[in-house]
Amino acid sequence: MSAAAAIIRAGAAADQHPWPRHVLSRERWQALAAALNAADAPPLQGLWAEAERVHALFLDAGSPLSASIEVAGGTYPALSPHCPAASWFERMIHDLFGHVAEGGRDPRPWLDHGAWSTAAPLGPRQAALPPRVGAPEPPEFLQVEGEDLNQIGLGPVAGAITEPAHLRLTAQGETLVRLEVRLGYAHKGTLGLMRGTPPRVAARFAARLSGGSTVAHGLAYAHAIEAALGVTPPPRAVALRAVMAELERIRAHLDAATAIAAEAGSAFLEARFGWHREAMLEAGGRAFGHRLMMDGVAPGGLATDIAADGADAIRGALGALERELPELARILERSASLGSRIGDIGRLAPELVARFGASGPVRRACGLGGDARLAPGYPPYATLGLDVPTRSGSDVAARLRVRLDDVPESTRLLRALLAALPDGTIATALPAASGEGLGVAEASRGTVWHWVRIEGGLVAGAFARDPDWSHWPLLEAAMRNGLVADLPLCAASFGLTSSGVDL
Amino acid sequence: MTIWGRLLHTLRHAPATRPEAPPSAETATALAARLDAAAQRRLGRSLAIRHVGAGGCDGCELELRALNGIVYDLERFGLRFVTSPRHADVLLATGPLTRNMAEALARTHAAMGEPKWVVAVGDCAIDGGVFKGSYACLGGITTLPVDLVIRGCPPTPWQVLDGLRALIEANAAPAR
Ligand code: SF4
Repeated sequence: MSAAAAIIRAGAAADQHPWPRHVLSRERWQALAAALNAADAPPLQGLWAEAERVHALFLDAGSPLSASIEVAGGTYPALSPHCPAASWFERMIHDLFGHVAEGGRDPRPWLDHGAWSTAAPLGPRQAALPPRVGAPEPPEFLQVEGEDLNQIGLGPVAGAITEPAHLRLTAQGETLVRLEVRLGYAHKGTLGLMRGTPPRVAARFAARLSGGSTVAHGLAYAHAIEAALGVTPPPRAVALRAVMAELERIRAHLDAATAIAAEAGSAFLEARFGWHREAMLEAGGRAFGHRLMMDGVAPGGLATDIAADGADAIRGALGALERELPELARILERSASLGSRIGDIGRLAPELVARFGASGPVRRACGLGGDARLAPGYPPYATLGLDVPTRSGSDVAARLRVRLDDVPESTRLLRALLAALPDGTIATALPAASGEGLGVAEASRGTVWHWVRIEGGLVAGAFARDPDWSHWPLLEAAMRNGLVADLPLCAASFGLTSSGVDL
Repeated sequence: MTIWGRLLHTLRHAPATRPEAPPSAETATALAARLDAAAQRRLGRSLAIRHVGAGGCDGCELELRALNGIVYDLERFGLRFVTSPRHADVLLATGPLTRNMAEALARTHAAMGEPKWVVAVGDCAIDGGVFKGSYACLGGITTLPVDLVIRGCPPTPWQVLDGLRALIEANAAPAR
């Protein structure tokens, strides 16, 4: 066991379900921070806060490991000096709750662009702060030293049909010296809106953290609520949730593949991937009454059962894709111009990918395994078996290939699930009880974590860790010393979203 | 496979685009009344659309990307998405208009020439949707004059197309 994991496990266990949360003193938290330097330290998955507490979530050999510290005098010791992945989280905690990460490596604001009516809108000291007046501050970007450098700002309005983000490029001629990402434009105050509502109402916000992963977010949130309240969803709901999740996975991979093909200049692959993406959207609509299957998962089970012809609609879309996918993959492998366009761009060192707690295609494209459906795991995957493909190369091509590799496996799972749907009810009632829960689900983009605190049947606190918290900083790393012209293609291969991270 | 093989392969598939349904007549008349003759002459029968994501969940964007893809073949309706605001006739906004996006939205709108339309797509662009009342949102595209709203969370590509075609009809209607 790593020193960091041992420090956490030595802390008294609080009642977080199904995995305990270890309460650390200020001294032990500081010792934990220092231990995060070690090469074998567990990667940080997320850092979040409540009015008087900060939580950290790590992944230790596939198992979640939670630690927390009480905030004292509005501060807690920063993890970021020893764990760069903590930096954006510390800035987020400061902007939403007002807690200061003492010794943090980057004190600049993150989500708060100076446009809200109050500072620290979720924090305990919020009422005491003076109201904001005047125009938002211009953002501060990192300084880069050197000759002949020019800076270009892209976004937040990008031109393409995408979410808002600002990319600050520092270039020397054609070469990128630094890429700095600024997010927060899609900050909707989701965590604040969830507070004080019953779990089934708050589910609507969880489902809208990131529309392309609405099922995965809904599922991780439902797992957290069910863990907190000790509820088990009925077998039919468990099976149908997996149907929705696998259908979403295939559709989302096709969405990413369409975007990559478009950036790589392959109109044919773009059209065919786009055609199958549409078929999956339509199958979702016919089976569950909503093309993205939004609000289909509910805490306790499902909000809607599958339509009578739903299984056939899904099988039809899968069949068409199954027939054409090998041919599309062959075109991808054989086309020399495409191969040279997508190979060797945006490479990442596996050590960095692991250290940033990356998951999904970004992780699996550099030879590293890992999938939350298997570890820590959740039903029904253990009984179905699951093969999680990996690729090596860690470039645009590998990130595209590993997505396409997922498709046959999800197709197999869907066929098996649809062939043996259990009968029975689709939801278990939730008690108006109290509890704390952590839930997980594997989205197409990686691992989604949700944490909730329920008090007297209402959500008292919530957090969602979208996988792209880890992936945006890796895009910055992947583009270092790359060509400015390759940025759109490299970004498409990451398939990054703003809303889930912006909260 | 050769390029010819690929073409044949594509031809053998069912047509990728869908048959069209007429846009709602009521919407078209109402919109025509809002556009003067000069504007109609300038815009003609085709519209260039500039999308601005004003902080939604990406669900609306996802359906817009689907609409822009081959299956819904926008160009045959005289509609196309453009990247520069200077070439755009329509600002199509999605999202609840987060406070953090208000300035960028206003700037994009200001950079567009006259005449211009503003279309709010999706429930959250209309009135904030589920995000209504948040400290971080302005409750929809409230800071610009909105000409057309398209409901749904998200609206299907068909619903978006229906709305945009009504805009074209209005655009081409004879001046009164
Ligand atoms: S209307 Fe619905 S789908 Fe569209 S951005 Fe808002 S929440 Fe997402």
